[in-house]
Amino acid sequence: MALVTTTKGEMDESLLEKREGFVDNDNEYTTWLEYWHEGELVHRSAHVGLKKSVSSAVEAASFN
Amino acid sequence: MANTQAMTTSFMGELMTATHNFGTAPVRATGATDAFKAALYLASATMNASTTAYTAVNEVSGTGYSAGGVAVTFATPPTATNSSATAGVAFVTPSASITYTTVTLTTAFDAVLIYNSTQSDKAVSVHTFGSQTITAGTFTLTMPANTTSTALIRLATT
Repeated sequence: MALVTTTKGEMDESLLEKREGFVDNDNEYTTWLEYWHEGELVHRSAHVGLKKSVSSAVEAASFN
Repeated sequence: MANTQAMTTSFMGELMTATHNFGTAPVRATGATDAFKAALYLASATMNASTTAYTAVNEVSGTGYSAGGVAVTFATPPTATNSSATAGVAFVTPSASITYTTVTLTTAFDAVLIYNSTQSDKAVSVHTFGSQTITAGTFTLTMPANTTSTALIRLATT
């Protein structure tokens, strides 16, 4: 019996409707997990895997 | 042999550890690594390259989330690697995922600001992702590999 943290407290997973999904693009790989109870969203978690750097180009100027 | 005009790669790495000072240096009590934090921002915010410091304006709010966000761990110091006589990369990546545990954030957010909480909350970088909400759950940002091409924060000459 797995317990899930929800807006209504800890609930048995068997009482909940589970929905999962993911997003995969150049910027991220994201998974999300939702639990619904009687038509109400009671839990949503998300895990974002960042793929891209933020980078800055640096340069030494020449004497012209 | 010939000389080659270049920004030295060692300099870029040393910028990341505050070795050089061309202006007014911040006052440091020790030479220890600064503390960094990560704050989440609403999709309606305008965090970008012009952001200079952490702000509570348009930061997410909700159950379990503390203003200012959570600590970011940099256990691995910056690395500086030459790729040629004229090019190199200095890079650094947080050594652990950034995790917001058991939060409820009902207004959509899509950005995280990494900032230096030791140095007056000065901004480091903004990272965006697909818009999210969290309900009685956990939000985790997993870091890319700490390499010359994928590290989260990179300074590069080409």
